[in-house]
Amino acid sequence: MRFAVPVFPGSNDMDAVHAIEDVLERPVTAVWHHESDLSQYDAIIIPGGCSYGDYLRPGALAARSPIMEGVQKAAEQGKLVIGISNGFQILLESGLLPGAMRKNDHLQFRCDIATLIVENNQNPFTGHYQVGERIRIPIAHAQGNYYCDEQTLAELKKNNQIVFKYVDENPNGSVEGIAGICNKRGNVLGMMPHPERAIVDWMGTSDGVKLFTSMLRYWEENGGAE
Amino acid sequence: MFKAIIYVTLKESVLDPQGVAVQGSLHTLGFANVKEVRIGKRLEVLVEGESKQQAEEQVKVMCEKLLANPVIENYTYEVEEVA
Repeated sequence: MRFAVPVFPGSNDMDAVHAIEDVLERPVTAVWHHESDLSQYDAIIIPGGCSYGDYLRPGALAARSPIMEGVQKAAEQGKLVIGISNGFQILLESGLLPGAMRKNDHLQFRCDIATLIVENNQNPFTGHYQVGERIRIPIAHAQGNYYCDEQTLAELKKNNQIVFKYVDENPNGSVEGIAGICNKRGNVLGMMPHPERAIVDWMGTSDGVKLFTSMLRYWEENGGAE
Repeated sequence: MFKAIIYVTLKESVLDPQGVAVQGSLHTLGFANVKEVRIGKRLEVLVEGESKQQAEEQVKVMCEKLLANPVIENYTYEVEEVA
């Protein structure tokens, strides 16, 4: 299973690269955002960070760069795409996921470990978790206050697209405590928390490991061959 | 040459946490009668082109494709010819 990590100016791409290398021991390539052909990869991880300095709106400029053509194509083909933090913002800005991000309701940048509840394990990213499982995953963002209108929210619920919610405390004011959603087909996931920063105990939590192992299992069970 | 002045504002239905914080500070300064503050953006875009109409059409597309996020924002613009 071959992974690509798109790199924009200001991305934290190496966290994602190390997570794939350390957890899955599969080939992973950091790909500069000028490249538009991602056809040789099986999965794409759009990393966190502050692409383009968060100018205009977080993710807005990255969403219009050439590499997003490759991401769109991969998503259409049913390949696995995950956007983490700024990557989630980029997926929203590109229209691959519904909704938008607002500034955190308290206006602060929050760097913390959030507690999430797994709402749905019927998708390629959470198969190894139990529904209702509480997991601890780091967050680091100023604009993670997910917003969508009521009609979109009803759609998300109906189609089981809400994957993670914050429990105990909502760190940013997001609608219904949403921390991560997927598209209707289930192959594109966006989440504000950073599973790639939760892979060994010294990080404070290793609860992100199962997200990556879930992806690998899904790929293997759906005809993926090394 | 044409100059477009573009205003991007949050939709009425979307809470503006920055505006709420600024409203609080205005209250602290004694402006107790401030009922609401909403913060938006003003962009100036200079474009070369044949006509004002062409420039306006282009600016509209720019707003829809990039400058505003239609999920949470509205936009308005004015275009004028400049030397």
